[in-house]
Amino acid sequence: MSTTSVDLHAHGHEAEHAHDPHHQHHFTTMEQQFDTSKIGMWLFLVTEVLLFGGLFVGFGMMQARYPREFVEAHTHLVRWQGALNTVVLLISSYTMVLAVNAAKKGIKSKQVLFLALTIVCACIFLVVKYFEYSHKFEEGWLPAKYYSYKGDSLPACMEKSAGPEAAAAAPTTPPAPCTNGYATFFSFYFMMTGLHGIHILVGIIILTWVLIRANRGEFSSSYYTPVDLVGLYWHLVDMIWIYLFPLYYLIQ
Amino acid sequence: MDQAIKTTPRIGDRPRPRKNYLNETRGFKSWAFTLDHKRIGIMYLIGVLFSFLLGGIFALLVRLTLLSPTHKIFGQVLLTAEQYNRVFTLHGAIMVFLFIIPAIPASLGNFVLPLMLGAKDVAFPRLNLFSFYLWLTGALMALTAMVFGAVDTGWTFYTPYSTTTDGPVTLMTAAVFVLGFSSIFTGLNFIATVHKLRAPGMGWFDLPLFIWGIYSTAVIQVLATPVLGITLVLLMLERSFGIGIFDPRIGGDPVLFQHFFWFYSHPAVYIMILPGMAIISELIPTFSQKTIFGYRAIAYSSVSLALVSFIVWGHHMFVAGQSQLATVVFSALTFLVAIPSGVKVFNWLGTMYQGNIKLDTPMLYAMSFLVLFAIGGLTGIFLGTLATDVHLTDTYFVVAHFHYVMMGSTVTAFIGGLHYWWPKMTGRMYSEKWGRVGCLLWNVGFNMTFLTQFFLGSKGMPRRYYNYLDQFQPLHAFSTVGSWIIGLGLFITAAYLLASLRKPADAPDNPWNGTTLEWQTSSPPITHNFEEQPVLEREPYDYRPVVAAR
Amino acid sequence: MSTQTQTATTHGANAHAKHEHGGTALYTKILIALLILTAITVFAAGFDFGQGNVVIALVIATIKASLVGLFFMHLVWDKPVNAVIAMAGFLFLGIFIMFCLLDFNTRNNFIPQNMTPTLVPLAPGTAPAGNVIRTNPAAGQAEGGEKK
Ligand SMILES: [Cu+2]
Repeated sequence: MSTTSVDLHAHGHEAEHAHDPHHQHHFTTMEQQFDTSKIGMWLFLVTEVLLFGGLFVGFGMMQARYPREFVEAHTHLVRWQGALNTVVLLISSYTMVLAVNAAKKGIKSKQVLFLALTIVCACIFLVVKYFEYSHKFEEGWLPAKYYSYKGDSLPACMEKSAGPEAAAAAPTTPPAPCTNGYATFFSFYFMMTGLHGIHILVGIIILTWVLIRANRGEFSSSYYTPVDLVGLYWHLVDMIWIYLFPLYYLIQ
Repeated sequence: MDQAIKTTPRIGDRPRPRKNYLNETRGFKSWAFTLDHKRIGIMYLIGVLFSFLLGGIFALLVRLTLLSPTHKIFGQVLLTAEQYNRVFTLHGAIMVFLFIIPAIPASLGNFVLPLMLGAKDVAFPRLNLFSFYLWLTGALMALTAMVFGAVDTGWTFYTPYSTTTDGPVTLMTAAVFVLGFSSIFTGLNFIATVHKLRAPGMGWFDLPLFIWGIYSTAVIQVLATPVLGITLVLLMLERSFGIGIFDPRIGGDPVLFQHFFWFYSHPAVYIMILPGMAIISELIPTFSQKTIFGYRAIAYSSVSLALVSFIVWGHHMFVAGQSQLATVVFSALTFLVAIPSGVKVFNWLGTMYQGNIKLDTPMLYAMSFLVLFAIGGLTGIFLGTLATDVHLTDTYFVVAHFHYVMMGSTVTAFIGGLHYWWPKMTGRMYSEKWGRVGCLLWNVGFNMTFLTQFFLGSKGMPRRYYNYLDQFQPLHAFSTVGSWIIGLGLFITAAYLLASLRKPADAPDNPWNGTTLEWQTSSPPITHNFEEQPVLEREPYDYRPVVAAR
Repeated sequence: MSTQTQTATTHGANAHAKHEHGGTALYTKILIALLILTAITVFAAGFDFGQGNVVIALVIATIKASLVGLFFMHLVWDKPVNAVIAMAGFLFLGIFIMFCLLDFNTRNNFIPQNMTPTLVPLAPGTAPAGNVIRTNPAAGQAEGGEKK
């Protein structure tokens, strides 16, 4: 979305507006270009909100369907780990906004410092996530058909114990009450935190790219669009976690 | 009067520039890596028309199979029931996701929108190219799925059938997912362009109505398509792992899938129709040579259609197991759609009233649109009404209704717009005589094919069925013959349009005496669109001759 | 939709970019507020307010998200169009949720509530295990209890 050096060779009449190498030819002013990028980024964020939103709706509906199972399943999530990650992400948002601030003022050292701190926070988040995930893998709290935990108060229907032979043997005996609610909870848990985690991962990659460019001193008060846009993305990732945390870790 | 119009400076008889966007650079790479919105528009146009051809062939196959209840042509069974299911699914999926949704915005819109705004390009040229390649990737994935046996779920991918049936459903849904993102990026690009790249002096209410329509479309593309994306992801996961959200066998809710699907797919109907309306709003004033009647009403009705489209999706689920309260609410809300639609139609008619109407091919298509859209829109009211819909759900009545809206309206507008901007895009005039023949065949064939289906549907012929009662045969046969006439009409249209490309450039800069900015550049336009930045001095649709200071 | 300035803004408008807003002090205050709100959510989750818990959690989350949006994402100082776009996202998500809930909360459970789990009688070995229909009494009871 932003300019790269390819553009410098792309069009010939550079002399007309040679004052900024990042200026693309179809914009009249740099400010117009900046505002346009920002509108574009916000529109992209809206698509992200609706993408995650679909999962939130699905989660809500399934919770309404399996209230008991969802409450029971959520006790398997470690609350302090979720809280710690919330704090880490909030702090990373803070360092991100300071990085944008520094970029706007063209202070290179602070940009690099705060971008690096943001990346560190993102990595801490993923490390905590790793411990959370591996614990769940060990206990068999896995999504969908891989769910294998045995300690739930209602048995799962996913067990294929009653094959055709068993059904044929006792066609009149109804099976014991069973539920898919636990597996569905963990399906959603892994889908939503997983998609969020992918966004964190992508964020780390883009942040690193911006960090390298900042270190080269590419950003100044007249051009800091990439830092600003990555900042917006990063805050959105934080915002999504702000909703994920209470819905998963704190529901009663 | 006629004389006065011909002498307005808008029909510039400037010498044609030697270099234009088509011949400035040559070779495969100059197209494959182009950032020029005009070239990307042309590439989209080619892709979209190819999809239309493919989808059309499947449509003809479907109709041919239904010619007789035995499905025999010359003693041979044309398609078995399984093949029939795949063919109508391919027809639907290709026409919806590969053709109609990108048809007008991504091809004509891409070409015309920046020109109309007086801009050099769209806001994000690289994203525009990326969006085209996403479309291409999606198209290739869909074709691959087709080769590997094709899906038989219908284009709606309803669960639980789609989570249990064989065939490359996952690949097909992945293809649609990719196509969805192509659509999102096009919409995003257009919104940013309209906001920030308008020519000096062009306020929101100086925008041509085509832009208002495309802008409203873009709003839907950005807001609705992500939900389709996540729906398809959930469907793929349900199919592969059984996450238990849509499949009732593992505790899911199939009606929830329909909520997810139609939250996108009803607004998607407006992704298809709004650009059609946008084209009509250009054609009617231009060929009536009269200021548009009710500019603001049409502009606001585009935006309100876009917004209303988000609160009516439940009318697709009246008999699907939705709660009674929800069906009543959705049915009531559905009637809201009639208001902005009616506003538009009456304003177009008001524009034509006492206008200086010229019956050129684009205008013939525009007038066909008015008739076909009226039929499509009014039969929609039957279907939005809860009581009648329970009888008509999933019958040919629905098929006929949405073909009147999608094909009779959107495709008619698309063909009209293609003729309207053909001289601008290619620099060539097509054969007017054959244009009229094509339009006539299109209208005759279309009404033969689909008016018949209203009768079939109200008599109880269910949609998507392979077998039917013998008593329906005359109507089915009549409909099939109509499809051949459509095919012939489109074949003729393709032939004379392609033939026009073989002659040297002959189109004037402004063949229709249009007032929007795209007619002020040369035909075909130069690479950077305008020799100098155009400044808007007159309102759009002001056809009064400029009193020259000569 | 918004009152945007025309595209051809003069260079003078560039002054806006240099205009100082935000600043470390303000951002620090926002961070502290966010951390306090997080603590409140965790604390409030310890009490049982019934349905109120979800409401409280979502209200606090929304306040936090608004703080992030308004200050960290600069919406307070930005051109209003960005705020309109952001709001549109949440508004339409709200519409989606609202209508789904409208349906779900007023729907008869599509597996009848009084239906006891039954097996479809099968001839031996004719059909796979997948054809065994199982109802979900747990979910049915829970929803039925709320409804009538
Ligand atoms: Cu609809």
